[in-house]
Amino acid sequence: MSSMLKKAVTVSIPSVRQALARSNPVLANALLAKRSYNSKGGVEMTVRDALNSALEEEMTADEKVYLLGEEVGQYNGAYKVSKGLLDKFGPKRVIDTPITESGFCGLAVGSAFAGLKPVCEFMTWNFAMQAIDQIVNSAAKTHYMSGGNVDCPITFRGPNGAAAGVAAQHSQCFAAWYGSVPGLKVVSPWNSEDAKGLLKAAIRDPNPVVVLENELMYGISFPMSEAALSKDFVVEIGKAKIEKEGTDITIVAHSRAVGFALEAAQLLEKEGICSAEVINLRSIRPLDTETIIKSVKKTNRLVTVEGGWPQYGVGSEICAQIMESEAFDHLDAPVVRVTGADVPTPYAQNLEAYAFPDTEVIARVVKRTLNKKIGA
Amino acid sequence: MYARVSARALARSIPSKALKATPAPLAHSAKAFSTSALSMDAHKKKERVKVHFPGALDSHFSQVLEIREKMEPIDTFRVMDTDGKVLDKSLEPEVTEEFATKIYKDMLTLNVMDLILYEAQRQGRISFYMTNAGEEAYIGSAAALDPEDEIFGQYREAGTLLYRGFTLDQFMNQCYSNDMDLGKGRQMPVHYGSKALHFQTISSPLATQLPQASGAAYAIKRSGKKNCVMCYFGEGAASEGDFHAALNIAATTSCPVIFFCRNNGFAISTPANEQYKGDGIASRGVGYGMHTIRVDGNDVWAVYKATQEARKIAVEKHKPVLIEAMTYRVGHHSTSDDSSAYRSKKEVEDWKRHDNPMVRMRKWLESKGWWDEARENAHKSTQRTAVLKSFAAAEKRKKPAVSEMFNDVYDKLTPNLIEQKKELEELIKKYPAHYDTSNYAKDN
Repeated sequence: MSSMLKKAVTVSIPSVRQALARSNPVLANALLAKRSYNSKGGVEMTVRDALNSALEEEMTADEKVYLLGEEVGQYNGAYKVSKGLLDKFGPKRVIDTPITESGFCGLAVGSAFAGLKPVCEFMTWNFAMQAIDQIVNSAAKTHYMSGGNVDCPITFRGPNGAAAGVAAQHSQCFAAWYGSVPGLKVVSPWNSEDAKGLLKAAIRDPNPVVVLENELMYGISFPMSEAALSKDFVVEIGKAKIEKEGTDITIVAHSRAVGFALEAAQLLEKEGICSAEVINLRSIRPLDTETIIKSVKKTNRLVTVEGGWPQYGVGSEICAQIMESEAFDHLDAPVVRVTGADVPTPYAQNLEAYAFPDTEVIARVVKRTLNKKIGA
Repeated sequence: MYARVSARALARSIPSKALKATPAPLAHSAKAFSTSALSMDAHKKKERVKVHFPGALDSHFSQVLEIREKMEPIDTFRVMDTDGKVLDKSLEPEVTEEFATKIYKDMLTLNVMDLILYEAQRQGRISFYMTNAGEEAYIGSAAALDPEDEIFGQYREAGTLLYRGFTLDQFMNQCYSNDMDLGKGRQMPVHYGSKALHFQTISSPLATQLPQASGAAYAIKRSGKKNCVMCYFGEGAASEGDFHAALNIAATTSCPVIFFCRNNGFAISTPANEQYKGDGIASRGVGYGMHTIRVDGNDVWAVYKATQEARKIAVEKHKPVLIEAMTYRVGHHSTSDDSSAYRSKKEVEDWKRHDNPMVRMRKWLESKGWWDEARENAHKSTQRTAVLKSFAAAEKRKKPAVSEMFNDVYDKLTPNLIEQKKELEELIKKYPAHYDTSNYAKDN
């Protein structure tokens, strides 16, 4: 773990609730109940609270589920995702660990071999590289290498991808890294429903699951359906979701980029340029190629969007899968990847802004792709 | 409130008292520099004042600048001398003939099996092997465990499995990765695993088993079972970051785990004196605030006794223990190694002659009248026959079914696995001349 980020974290994430409690006790209470109501009377929830609900519900449902990581207990998590869990479940099930990723990750893996269902929180996925051997060589492979005799029902979770103003060592996407490993399942939620449903599915899954959250999404509120509020709600791992239907082009994205893709689609529709279909991948592995292929066969055009690096990335994999599928013959234009710049993330705000895709870039690429034609 | 909070509160309550008792520092330090060592010691004793810093609550203030390089080396516990004589009568093992001879028989069987499989590798019949020669006394540690204590091995602990009842057939099937291999042909030879015998599947990367052992111990503690975890590793693996991570986290989370270091003097070719500079591995245990034992690893009864005591601490107090068993690897590291490149044959022969765990145990048994030449020869010969029989049977068995390539990646086959499997099956069917599967087991 890097001390620098911790500082950044504690400074950049003030306790919204504490501030609110002073200025608006009524709203603060509503937030404490994790639900608030939007202008249309629907229920809204932040991604942070959705993750918190998922943890709380699964820990209540199954005694074997426990949470461990740096600062997850008394401090309520560096990003407050585990707020209130120590008080509710006690120190046997919410464990503050020493600053040793390979240590607590290895401990979590060993306890999963022994029948518990650990949720191993990394303060960010950047720090999990210290423990990647435990994740890739032990968690992912032991079921296979033991001849199916040893299960590893573990959830690894934490914020992934670029955050704001924390530079190269704290801003990178690990979707391609973990997405390449057989034995792991990898999910990447975008909104509150994704966050809750995928985390719950991950905890219930008998296989090791990597949950790639996004720090910049934690504080964002999204509507929650009646179904999503239920303690039985799960989002199936391995299935993408069509967030917006369209006819002219398919935009596939995961995590925070789904929001940009939707904005771009709306912008283009408002301008009368096209009707774009937006697919939220939700799962990186298994990858729901079927949904993408079906969409491409309908729209004949494809753009992928991600915050990760271009080379060997999620977009690259989608391109390859489309090339190898029957959807290839339906393409009217080459597939284009919109990705993070192929550089370590710079710190200076102006440079950082250039390093990642946003709504405008996506809209521009979509327009360009609409104007291209294979063989023309 | 939780323990951590109260510890902090305690730390905070110390300063007011402590500070009051602190003598004027300037006057004292001037005195310290001018006094002789003897009176300085007396002076230090008189005015020992505990610090109030939360990070080291047991330390005292001192006006003597101390730069410490070494601590007192930790002694090595032994029961028998190199001739198998018990050095202190009070340490005479109170064991039955059956129990003692079982340990020795397993040590002998391990030798016989190692010899045959080592040769099999040399003949190209299996790809890899690792022998246990020189370290057989670690079986004494297995004998001190409960059969349901979970074992996390490194790779040179086949003897613990043998002690628990892993059959010769099971060993041979694994080394031949045939259709009866419990690991379904997915691991290199000697990477054994047995759920039934509470022996975790061996993981090749060094030291990953250490933090995992802490985790399994945490699960045992939570379950309330009166068991512990036994985790083996070498002194070379103790240089890995995972060693630190595991011991620190086992100590801070109070896990019932025994870390058993086989310090055999070599990490492949790197001798211990190039591996670390401190007092072996045991000195580190104390640094982690952990109960620590150093033991003569060539002395079965010392290893047995040390493990028994360690187990009591782990199971009754829920605390981790570090055991460092000092030994000497007589064999090569593995079949990929020729140790004559970095140590003399004479050195190895000297060890075999002067401090041999087999000889020590045998002599002890003979002094009891529980063993003799005839029994030695009879056991060796029956085991040799049994190993060869298992070996031949394992070699003849079919290889794992093609489907085992895809099973167990996940609990169920995912779409891409189904697709891959189908593709392979079609290829095999289409080109039977290129894909001869007659020697493979049938798919279930």
